[in-house]
Amino acid sequence: MTTISRRDWLLTDRPASRRQARLGQIYRTWLTFRGNWLAMVGLAIVLALIIVALFANVIAPYDPVIGGDLRTARFLPPLTGNHLMGTDDLARDIFSRIVHGSRLTLMVVVLVAVIATPIGLLVGTSAGYFGGWTDTILMRITDIFLAFPRLILALAFVAALGPGIENAIIAIAITSWPPYARLARAETLTIRDSDYINAARLQGASSARILWYHVTPLCLSSVIIRVTLDMAGIILTAAGLGFLGLGAQPPQPEWGAMIASGRRFLIDQWWVATMPGIAIFVVSLGFNLLGDGLRDVLDPKARK
Amino acid sequence: MTPLLTVEDLRITFPTRSGPSEVVRGVSFTLGRERLGIVGESGSGKSQTGRAILGLTPPPGKATAKVLDFDGTDLRDASPATWRKLRGARMSMVMQDPKFSLNPVMTIGRQLVEALKFGAGETRRQARDRALAMLEAVQIRDPERVFRAYPHELSGGMGQRAMIAMMLVTEPDLLIADEPTSALDVTVQVEVLRILDRLVTTRGMGLIFISHDLRLVSSFCDRVLVMYAGRVVEELKASDLDQAQHPYTRGLMNCLPKIEGSQRPLPTLERDAAWAK
Amino acid sequence: MGEVMLEVQALDVTFRRGGDTVRAVRGVSLDVARGESFGIVGESGSGKSTVLRAICGLAPTTAGTIGLKGTSLATPRPADFYRRVQMVFQDPYASLHPRHTVDKVLAEPLAIHGFDRREARIEQALSEVGLGSDFRFRYPHQLSGGQRQRVAIARALILEPEVLLLDEPTSALDASIQAEVLNLLDRIRAERGLTYIMVSHDLAVVAHMCDRLIVMQHGEAVEELTRAALSAHRATTDYTRKLLSASEGYTPA
Repeated sequence: MTTISRRDWLLTDRPASRRQARLGQIYRTWLTFRGNWLAMVGLAIVLALIIVALFANVIAPYDPVIGGDLRTARFLPPLTGNHLMGTDDLARDIFSRIVHGSRLTLMVVVLVAVIATPIGLLVGTSAGYFGGWTDTILMRITDIFLAFPRLILALAFVAALGPGIENAIIAIAITSWPPYARLARAETLTIRDSDYINAARLQGASSARILWYHVTPLCLSSVIIRVTLDMAGIILTAAGLGFLGLGAQPPQPEWGAMIASGRRFLIDQWWVATMPGIAIFVVSLGFNLLGDGLRDVLDPKARK
Repeated sequence: MTPLLTVEDLRITFPTRSGPSEVVRGVSFTLGRERLGIVGESGSGKSQTGRAILGLTPPPGKATAKVLDFDGTDLRDASPATWRKLRGARMSMVMQDPKFSLNPVMTIGRQLVEALKFGAGETRRQARDRALAMLEAVQIRDPERVFRAYPHELSGGMGQRAMIAMMLVTEPDLLIADEPTSALDVTVQVEVLRILDRLVTTRGMGLIFISHDLRLVSSFCDRVLVMYAGRVVEELKASDLDQAQHPYTRGLMNCLPKIEGSQRPLPTLERDAAWAK
Repeated sequence: MGEVMLEVQALDVTFRRGGDTVRAVRGVSLDVARGESFGIVGESGSGKSTVLRAICGLAPTTAGTIGLKGTSLATPRPADFYRRVQMVFQDPYASLHPRHTVDKVLAEPLAIHGFDRREARIEQALSEVGLGSDFRFRYPHQLSGGQRQRVAIARALILEPEVLLLDEPTSALDASIQAEVLNLLDRIRAERGLTYIMVSHDLAVVAHMCDRLIVMQHGEAVEELTRAALSAHRATTDYTRKLLSASEGYTPA
């Protein structure tokens, strides 16, 4: 009985409090999202990544950095003994390295999202809302960033800042905001002359207030969708920088760097490079599926 | 006189999260070569009724009827081929906003000629002449210019006339006009109505005029159906509207302000749950 | 006539789009007394809505002056202006933020102007426009057109303005809902002694609501009429006569 009444409480047309209205809205979104099984698969993968990263110490059977006996435990194939994915050239358990590597991947994803999304939103909504000179200057800066392929630009930044995972994250964040700015600007242009924005102006709201309370919430969903869909690319860029030796430094268990070091043994010991490759593939796929699902739920324009 | 269109017990259902919902619930009427008005407020099912006659109920909606007969053709299970033969050539529809019904990347002329090609087999030259004649018939002063124009180059009234021309160029027997003048200014509205009026009287076309505007419908049509919550609550001659019996019709009439002065506060419509029963 | 509340003199509004200039309003003057209800009638493109938008600063004033209680208004308008003049828009489906609950819509102006007793004011505004407190936490998509317009009216009233600008407030509503909203506006004006400026294409609505009106065509005011003159069909220009006859419904040629 309680479950039915809770559902009714959430789906009611006449909520009695701010909290109930907001929760009801979230629950309705969730109901639509739940109907899309591919999106649910994506969500499951992303949740699994988060859980693995949080409990890496518990899940990983071995130390990710210190290897085993170099005489007997090098290049053990998958499923030998306790090594689910085998061991690498330094006799380290690949499964443990991938589990710990998920922390680095998650860190990249979260930090880039936290840095790039606000920059993109701020630049895009301001450019779209104020128009004129503000728009021209902000958008030309955006164009300059967009003119370079992301990996090349990130390479240049890392080369200037010095290799390392932190600098790689900063470089990726700096290079990934321009598409969000473009998106937020386009979205802002369609709503800045709408009557509800005019109504806010007529209440004497300041430009900052209109941007923050009225414009940003409407741009947020399409930017979130775009960021989620971009996550696969961001993970690949981070892996690419790692692969080129400009991201995470050995012995950090970063997936791209793991592929780079396993590359030499690809013919005889295929699993050393393949296992982190599969991890990158699965997580990228997860973010893409999740992004597609979010688009179906949040973006009314894409809906049929 | 045999009726042009017979509708009996038309029902339209849409599935929703909480089970199927019937938006039209047993509408029956016949139409001769006359002007029939369907009046109702938003959600009364008047537009869906018009669409169903043309087989244009938007999916996932489903339209069923005991009888749906157009000049001897049963429309209930008409094949796509039958619909192609009927729509455009023998029955047409004019919608509220020409912006959504004209193809934005084709000139008006090309769209008119295109409509003719599907209607009757004739040469390009003949089609062009007929299209120009039609534009003239809907009171477009410079038909050559409009013929070459794209829809966005026309004003609202001009666009609406161009669309009416397109719907009428094939000389259909039945025209369904869904709020054809609501987007127009009152002065243009009168002109568009004159065109429709002339087509009914001179060509013997049957017209279903769907509108929310009781005053307009009563002054333009011969007969009026008043719809409420998916049902026809009253059918009467337009000239007898002031003798309407149903409280909904009377309420609708009374709540309109009048230029000559009206009661203050305006009488409002007290909706009775029994009307929707 | 009593004290002049709002005065517009020789107003010109010109828009520049690319190379084109559009003179939307040309030399329109009007004055509205305190407590009066003033109408502006015209067809689409006549510039009637632009006059309203110029008064509240949403459209640029190219020439002419707009004065509130004898003081000429500066551009941009001072914050205090928006406490005294508020507007209700035509389309209730476009004038409410789709992601804001009714509660948030009404709380926002109170927060901007730092009003006290916000809870009580929101409850009072809702009951004044005939919506119970169970509408308070709904989103716009959970409301009908008439209910949305009531929320928009509540939003305009919550700052306790002296002048209400009404831009076709009922043209998007069904006839029966229109009557309810017009009655509501009428009652509020009587209770609060508000001054209205109402724009409409519907002569009957303006005749019902307004004491005086101007008729606009192509950006110019072609005629000024009192309600009595309008009701008696005593129009002096051809254009107004044409509007009057067209609003009677269809007459065969």
